[in-house]
Amino acid sequence: MTESALLSVEDVSVDLPTPRGNLRAVDRVDLKIGAGRTLGIVGESGCGKTMLSRAILQLLPKKASLSGRVMFDGQDLVRLDPERLRKLRGRSLAVVFQDPMTSLNPVLTIGTQLVETLQEHLELDGNVAKRRSVELLAAVGIPAPEQRLTQYPHQLSGGMRQRVAIAIALSCEPKLLIADEPTTALDVTIQAQILDLLAREQRRRHMAMILITHDLGVVAGRTDEVAVMYAGRVVERAPTAALFKKMRMPYTEALLAAIPKIDAAPHTRLPAISGRPPDPTRPIQGCSFSPRCRYAAGQCYREKPLLAAAESLDHQYACFHPIEITADVDA
Amino acid sequence: MATLELSIDEDVSVSPIRRTRRLGPLFWAAIGWMIFVFAAAALASLLPLPSPTDMDMLERRAPASVLHWLGTDGLGRDELARLIYGAQISLTVGLCAPIIGITIGGALGMLAGYFRGRFETLVVGSMDVLLAFPPLILVLAIIAFLGQSILNLTCILGVLGIPAFMRVARAATLTLARREFVIAAQALGATHARILLRELLPNVFLPLFAFFLLGVAVTIVVEGALSFLGLGVPPPISSWGSMIGEGRESLEVAPRLAFMPAIAMFLTVLSFNLVGDTLRALTDPRQGAL
Repeated sequence: MTESALLSVEDVSVDLPTPRGNLRAVDRVDLKIGAGRTLGIVGESGCGKTMLSRAILQLLPKKASLSGRVMFDGQDLVRLDPERLRKLRGRSLAVVFQDPMTSLNPVLTIGTQLVETLQEHLELDGNVAKRRSVELLAAVGIPAPEQRLTQYPHQLSGGMRQRVAIAIALSCEPKLLIADEPTTALDVTIQAQILDLLAREQRRRHMAMILITHDLGVVAGRTDEVAVMYAGRVVERAPTAALFKKMRMPYTEALLAAIPKIDAAPHTRLPAISGRPPDPTRPIQGCSFSPRCRYAAGQCYREKPLLAAAESLDHQYACFHPIEITADVDA
Repeated sequence: MATLELSIDEDVSVSPIRRTRRLGPLFWAAIGWMIFVFAAAALASLLPLPSPTDMDMLERRAPASVLHWLGTDGLGRDELARLIYGAQISLTVGLCAPIIGITIGGALGMLAGYFRGRFETLVVGSMDVLLAFPPLILVLAIIAFLGQSILNLTCILGVLGIPAFMRVARAATLTLARREFVIAAQALGATHARILLRELLPNVFLPLFAFFLLGVAVTIVVEGALSFLGLGVPPPISSWGSMIGEGRESLEVAPRLAFMPAIAMFLTVLSFNLVGDTLRALTDPRQGAL
């Protein structure tokens, strides 16, 4: 990281009290993202990706407790007073959620939702805001944008709705966009379109983006850097090209192997990762991936590996027995 | 061949049915009756009606005639005029009391459902206390203390309706507040007031309004029951309940005196229930695509 960071997450942990005990959803995560850069956060369900994004936005559930610092543009969001934080959200920080079925208000028209956001943040008057809304809808690839303004979310398809959600998120020219599984609820054919749209708008507006997904394939061509999360911790972090050329963490390898390949023979059994993520309410000794790792050996069950740089400063991983071969896995 | 044609016909006619099924003729009949009653009550003073309180002791329990279209009651008062002026009272109380309920109960319920925590506990707890208190005894006590008037009656019935509205509003808010669009609004920097008024209220309003119509029906019946017991509007003002109560004295001689206001009340309450049910069905999440 040579440029100064726009967002830096420093030693952030999130704890959620549950009836079964304290659940550590995010465990001492450090991340940095520079202006205009893209960071992919990858991991399976329940590994803390969403909680991390909520922690960045300070939108955690009320009972959750957060420690560490979230520095954005020189301010610590954790300690910012609510009024200034509120102004920052939407203006500088924006989010696109997973499910466009529920992230738009079902009883308000697309136009109302867009125009009001613009009026609220940019203090535009009605007509200007309306014209901006039409431009935004056109920019996210919605045909006949003027007619869409009077439509309700249920009159649009899933892909269209996600485009509208993106238009709302982009409306105030944020510096950082957090896309929390933006394509998981969509058809495969639409997924690529939405991801391309996000990438295009990101370049055009020179905004930073955090792309959260469970699909390594999604981050492959579209991010500058990737952080792989497991059980609340970042277990491998590297520039995207370096990661795919030479992944070191067995979990990353397993994630990649679990993606269906187009050139594989029909009816090939997909190598699933055996077992399930560990119960986060019970701290485990040693590496949290060790019960499911095929390379695990003695030390892995006793000590927790730390995230450390190895051959290059950029590529960090937390593993005692990193994979030595280039990642060409067909287990 | 005939079967083939038949099946095509069926296919064609299937799709439009779904739309018309929602509002049947019963719904429109109910709306029609409501408009009729409202119009009659609102225009009562303009209609060429005899006074509802003028007694004519020579014409007691007179049958229908040109002068008295529906006859007269036990004190020789025009039955039709009393029915229409009674509609005024029944509808005023029946609408105003639930308006008090929907305003206060709806606001409390939304705040409780949105902010949760100690405020919610306090609101739900105090509503439980209000619900647990026997309503008839409460009405008796307050009427005895404050006196018998339409305003007092409306206020008491309104307050008694608050817990139910609070529960409906809170339940709707609880499910909606967890939806992503609320978090999305927060992420866009919306204030609590904005989220409550612009994001949640339009969503909560429909189920609340459907419940409001049922509330109107219940209140009309309750007002009738209270008037029947002599706790409602003070005589000589007529309301449907008090007319049924007065008609009870001459049930053997002229049963129509009790039955006519009862039928008017029955039809009105049924109409409100029908419209309320239809609206509730329309807002049912299983049918309306969200």
